[in-house]
Amino acid sequence: MPPLNHLPNWVHLDWVLVVVAAWLLIGVLGILALRRFRLVAVLLFPLGACCSVLLLGVALSAVFADPQVAVLPLGLPQLPFHVRLDSLSAFFLVLIGGVSAGVSVFAAGYFRQGEGTAPGLICLEYHVFLASIAMVVLADDAYVFMVVWETMAFSSFFLVMANHRIPEIRQSGFIYMLVAHIGALGILMCFGLLQANTGDYSFANMRAQHLTPFWGSIAFLLALFGFGAKAGILPLHVWLPEAHPAAPSPFSALMSGVMLKIALYGILRVGFDLLQTRIWWWGVVLMVVGLATALLGVVFSTVQVDMKRLLAYSSIENIGLICAGMGLSLLFSSYGMKALAALALTAALYHMLSHAFFKSLLFCSTGAVMHATGERSLGKLGGLMRTMPWLAWATLVGTLACAGLPPFGGFIAEWLLLQSFLFTTGLPSAFLDMLVPVMAALVALIAALSGYTMVKYFGVIFLGQPREEKLAQAHDAGPWERLGMAWLVAGCVLLGLFPNQVIALLDPATRILVGAGLAHGAADSAWLLVPVSMERASYAPALFLLGILAMMGLVFVLVRRVYHGRLRRAPPWDCGFPWQTARMQDTAEGFGQPIRQVFEPLFRMRRHLPSAFDAQPSYQVVVEDPLWYWLYLPLARLVERTSKLIGKLQQGRIAVYLMYSFVTLIVVLLVVTR
Amino acid sequence: MSWLGAFSQSLALLTAVLLAPLLTGWVNACRARLQNKKPPSLLQPYRLLHKLFHKDSVMAEHASSLYRSAPYVIFACMLMACAIVPTLSTDLPLSPAADGIALVGLFALARVFMSLAAMDVGTAFGSLGARREMLVGFLAEPALLMVLFCASMITRSTSLTEIVETLAHRDLAIYPSLLLAGVAFTMVSLAENARVPVDNPDTHLELTMIHEALILEYSARHLALLEWAASLKLFVYSGIGLALFFPWGVAEANAPLALLLALPVLVFKLAIGGALMALIETLNAKMRVFRVPEFLGTAFLMAVIGLLVNVLLGVG
Repeated sequence: MPPLNHLPNWVHLDWVLVVVAAWLLIGVLGILALRRFRLVAVLLFPLGACCSVLLLGVALSAVFADPQVAVLPLGLPQLPFHVRLDSLSAFFLVLIGGVSAGVSVFAAGYFRQGEGTAPGLICLEYHVFLASIAMVVLADDAYVFMVVWETMAFSSFFLVMANHRIPEIRQSGFIYMLVAHIGALGILMCFGLLQANTGDYSFANMRAQHLTPFWGSIAFLLALFGFGAKAGILPLHVWLPEAHPAAPSPFSALMSGVMLKIALYGILRVGFDLLQTRIWWWGVVLMVVGLATALLGVVFSTVQVDMKRLLAYSSIENIGLICAGMGLSLLFSSYGMKALAALALTAALYHMLSHAFFKSLLFCSTGAVMHATGERSLGKLGGLMRTMPWLAWATLVGTLACAGLPPFGGFIAEWLLLQSFLFTTGLPSAFLDMLVPVMAALVALIAALSGYTMVKYFGVIFLGQPREEKLAQAHDAGPWERLGMAWLVAGCVLLGLFPNQVIALLDPATRILVGAGLAHGAADSAWLLVPVSMERASYAPALFLLGILAMMGLVFVLVRRVYHGRLRRAPPWDCGFPWQTARMQDTAEGFGQPIRQVFEPLFRMRRHLPSAFDAQPSYQVVVEDPLWYWLYLPLARLVERTSKLIGKLQQGRIAVYLMYSFVTLIVVLLVVTR
Repeated sequence: MSWLGAFSQSLALLTAVLLAPLLTGWVNACRARLQNKKPPSLLQPYRLLHKLFHKDSVMAEHASSLYRSAPYVIFACMLMACAIVPTLSTDLPLSPAADGIALVGLFALARVFMSLAAMDVGTAFGSLGARREMLVGFLAEPALLMVLFCASMITRSTSLTEIVETLAHRDLAIYPSLLLAGVAFTMVSLAENARVPVDNPDTHLELTMIHEALILEYSARHLALLEWAASLKLFVYSGIGLALFFPWGVAEANAPLALLLALPVLVFKLAIGGALMALIETLNAKMRVFRVPEFLGTAFLMAVIGLLVNVLLGVG
């Protein structure tokens, strides 16, 4: 520790590195207190949260600072770690710090004794994971990037496997690992192309290279593939609905809220920063793939019956929408339309931030529900609003934000995205001009469908009558859990009410990436969000909320004053039907049924219907992702067949192996001596 | 904020609140007459509201606070919508707070609260209604948004007051895109206001009801607020329709005299619109619930085609 009088000389980057080091230290302390549950829960996790808050503070000021670089004496000899903190990295550090602070506090109350992996080990994995994602956004050469990227993949793999005694969880972990590594391969090859045979893998060198359109396109597509695998872009989304339910809830929250955004950071870094050329069809590809992902995600999320799977598919949807925004921005940027590119990119970044908060909040709420009831299946929940009112109201905020409703953050992101889609006439190609409004229509449809999903999520879990007896004994979330969730709720609300302040935060990052920003735009008021000009569009969420609240209050007072407030409680009326039971409510399957019918071709469905003569009639429906059958299983079979062919080389006799070496040697000699 | 602005804003709100039940009464009376029935008095909705407000509210014993607050939220949402849709004047100080997209968001917010409240009591009808309401909503919302976008493309603005001002000042010309959008809008507003081809406001038949299933458990003042909110919604939808397709006669900023004239013009336009709605309702039969996505899907596609026609013809 340097003497205190040196402190003012520290730049932001140093503070970020201190936080990373502190996280690693906390992880090591966790190992020392391996089975001391209390110590880990009430000391180490809150300490980690304090570090997160520090990171948030540092990053908030670093956003407006100039880029800072440093070389760390780690890594291989001659190959030190280069790190760099610019506004884009700082924005993502804000996201990491903000979300992880809430989730760490929640985690302090979440992990219970005697569940799966030892608490100290989880503490280590958790904090190594946090440290590695912070390092990913700092990385300034391909070497350190890949090292921390893989650290992130491994630490998250171990966290997914926290309850590794359950076979399904091991299987989910395997799929996660597989997709992560296939993706990493893509990223590695992308970096290989970006350095353009110079042998220098620093990002500064990559920025200086001008690739030909062909190789540039290949590099972009590889990056899209590699980072898309981590982000859950179609068709590489299959690991998400498997891994999210398997992981403990705080960790699902971090994975969905933070890690997916880090993958998108990779696309932004490569596509907007490292690659100097931009070709219009890259944007179209990103946009189309993004919207396809979003549509598939939201349609599948409406039919899920497991609450964490439902949220995982909803994450896929949000990632798709963000990609659509990024694609649109890339498209504009390739035609030099900087202002519109900045608008679309701001929408995407805004969505990342708000999704990080509300999805973490929702995953934390699933954790609290699971602790209180032991149930993850929507079909066995219900009526929790009565027994867990605090949790229910907190979740309602997340639900409304996730449904993209005003006045929360999700709506602002969608609003900005629709604005950028709407005012696009003037693209040089008529085809694109036609394409963009269709995309806007799809965005609107997806946003409306997410409302459906969220009504199902909240309604089936928290409203209605309890579907099981034991739910009546459910207890509300504990103090740590409440504190963590309150932080996330505050994030959702602030993001929704203060768009101008948030956009000022995004502005330096968009200036780096597309050369223009939205801040200091046409608005002269701090409350009014005006992206282009006052005549075009404006939105003031604070005023909006205030208006609704004022009218609610006024109506309430008037009704009480002019009439009365008498209330009588009675059994529900239900059209006079007296034998109402909890089983007569819509099940989770039932609520999703209309969507299943409307979008039938998208699903692969197996249904077992009872016949009229069954003594014990049963009904079962299994909805699956057809991509497994169209893509993954054939691929798996192909790999198996190929490996069998290669396996024929393996005879197990040393003479044969010696002959292989001999033949190889001769062939090599022939080639070399020529 | 000018005094005149504040005045026209409160006048618009007050007109909406007071006139909305009359519009509902008018549509019902027209429909009764078209069906050869003796129509109820035009003031019947007011009497109903008055009666309901006087009664003691009966609430299911396990209903939560969400259920109790939902009518107020929904009513406030509809009031807010009335405040930003220019029906009398385009000089609305609240209008910059929310544009067309936010208006659709506002309807969505009200819809979500309505559905959640319906699910809260946990009766079979409640969740059935919630599911159907969301089914209607997930297609009607984007369709409405696309209709608004058609107008936005022409006027290059999503702000409703701006749209009305620009459209009212254009020469009288028929935009093909607005024609398509108009058809789409009619279909959407029938669905959104629980009108005949989609829902029947008159019956409590479990096979058909959507809106009635949602408010089945409510009584007294809560029911009154919801009924009033439904009237307000019809009023707002009519207001949007008039604003987009017949924007003439709406007063503009700094024109206090036009404001006086705007009220009779509005009443006249609403009377014609309401009669037309009753006519459509009489001529059509209620369709099966699973035909509704097709119906609304058609509306959505029409609006999208309208948008594309805009781009093709290079308007705006």
